[in-house]
Amino acid sequence: MSAPAPSAAPARRVALSDHAVALLLRGGFGAYVTVLVALPLLTLVYRGLADGPAAAWAAITAPAAVAALKLSIGTGLVAALVNGLAGTAIAWVLVRWDLPGRRLLSALVDLPLAIPTLVAGILLLALFGPQTPIGGALAEHDLAVAYARPGIVLALLFVTLPFVVRAVEPVLHELDPAEEEAATTLGAGRWLTFRHVLLPPLLPAVAAGTVQVFARSVAEFGSLAAVSGNIPFQTLTAPVYILGEVEGGSPGSAAAVSLVLLAVALALQPLSHALARAAGSRRG
Amino acid sequence: MASAPGRSRPVGAAWLVVAAVALYVGGLLVVPLLALTRAVLADLPGVASALTAADALRALALSVGLAAISLVLNGVAGVTGALVLTRQRFLGRRLLDALVDLPLAVSPVMTGLAFLLLFGRNGLLGPVLQSLGVKIAFALPGLVIATVFVTLPFMLRELALVLEELGTSEEDAASTLGASAWQTFWLVTLPNLREGLTLGATLTVARALGEFGAVLVLGGAITGRTDTATTFIHNAMEERHTTSAYGMALVLAAAAAALLLLLQRRSQMPGVK
Repeated sequence: MSAPAPSAAPARRVALSDHAVALLLRGGFGAYVTVLVALPLLTLVYRGLADGPAAAWAAITAPAAVAALKLSIGTGLVAALVNGLAGTAIAWVLVRWDLPGRRLLSALVDLPLAIPTLVAGILLLALFGPQTPIGGALAEHDLAVAYARPGIVLALLFVTLPFVVRAVEPVLHELDPAEEEAATTLGAGRWLTFRHVLLPPLLPAVAAGTVQVFARSVAEFGSLAAVSGNIPFQTLTAPVYILGEVEGGSPGSAAAVSLVLLAVALALQPLSHALARAAGSRRG
Repeated sequence: MASAPGRSRPVGAAWLVVAAVALYVGGLLVVPLLALTRAVLADLPGVASALTAADALRALALSVGLAAISLVLNGVAGVTGALVLTRQRFLGRRLLDALVDLPLAVSPVMTGLAFLLLFGRNGLLGPVLQSLGVKIAFALPGLVIATVFVTLPFMLRELALVLEELGTSEEDAASTLGASAWQTFWLVTLPNLREGLTLGATLTVARALGEFGAVLVLGGAITGRTDTATTFIHNAMEERHTTSAYGMALVLAAAAAALLLLLQRRSQMPGVK
């Protein structure tokens, strides 16, 4: 190696001050996230357990709380199943086919990301509410969408529509239609081609999106506060139940039930990330 | 626009899937939007007078203000955080990375509750705040904190994605050529982030304008003081003022559509990842 050039000394000083800046940025950002995110959520966990595990368990297993949790999980599963299938089909249509209005469809799929979730609920009320023609016609047959479970599912489908589409689209983009053509040329039927050529690489992406749909559904609040009617044991979902406990002056019970939702969220987020990574590695 | 390679006109049974998709998206999104538009148009003078009432305008202005504050704070935090998380290796980086995503996973009601348990009158910091004479819950600072919390991930994630795809070769080249870290940031890194900044800003503003659960719980939706555009809709529905609620909902839906349109124009879709 040659002797160090004369310029090495100033360069070294720059590197040192860069290091200081890097530390400063790291410390500042770390403090921001700790105060903004970790501190309140730790407070929530602390308050949920502060009255003792027995009190927390009693709050979680109160009949109305159990009914609300069950409803959130049940409607979340329905939404995950429907948008898992529909989202895959939408992605397939967007990527594979040359259609008039394809860009409009793509823009529409993004709309739920931008529309306030409460407004999504209001939209459904404007269509299915008791004073609307459709709501009135349904009521004549003793049916209801607004302030009933079908309304909950529709609201969840609305707000989670983009998740599976946007998870599947990039993977579908990378797949070579020639492989499918080869399979059909070799005599495989549509179903066989789909099962053996298309489905395996798509599955992790579909699963990642579906987990996202379920997680968001269980946490969903705004649209359901508007459209579900919030009837205990019938249409009251877990987040709205928590709001009721807060407004009713039982923050301890609200925090305890929140622990269940927090646990669900903390379990599902890494799962959805791992699935998304698996989908991404299939692409490479 | 030319069709992307591998894209052809649907044939046979594919039309069935295309039709089903059109029906699903149309029925789920477009028909409810049309229903709301129809309801507003049916009583346009009523909606106009409801939306120009002082409380409505104040609520809308408050939401816009909160969006602006979130944009500034999380713009700075987003650039800093994206750089820290993609360009630095340190103990606790993965924990920090996971914390940033938590606002996306937590129900907004729980966000409001968590801050209430911290800043409320009976909250952990309640006595301290009271002796200092600082009011956070049911006041403007609470709204700011709630909105900044829920919008934290958007800017940061978009920028981190861009930084990761970019790699460090350009930055390395700049510093090899003698640029200081500061110069490299302003002249090389930041210009490359422009598209990510636009996307992140759009998502941040959309989310801030639409935040409901957290500002309802922490702000209390007090008319004229902590009432945002979304809590205004909520209060109007509770008081059966459907006209006000529908009018404000259409305003927010239109704002969302406008923000998306802005994005669509910037990014040309086919082949874009």
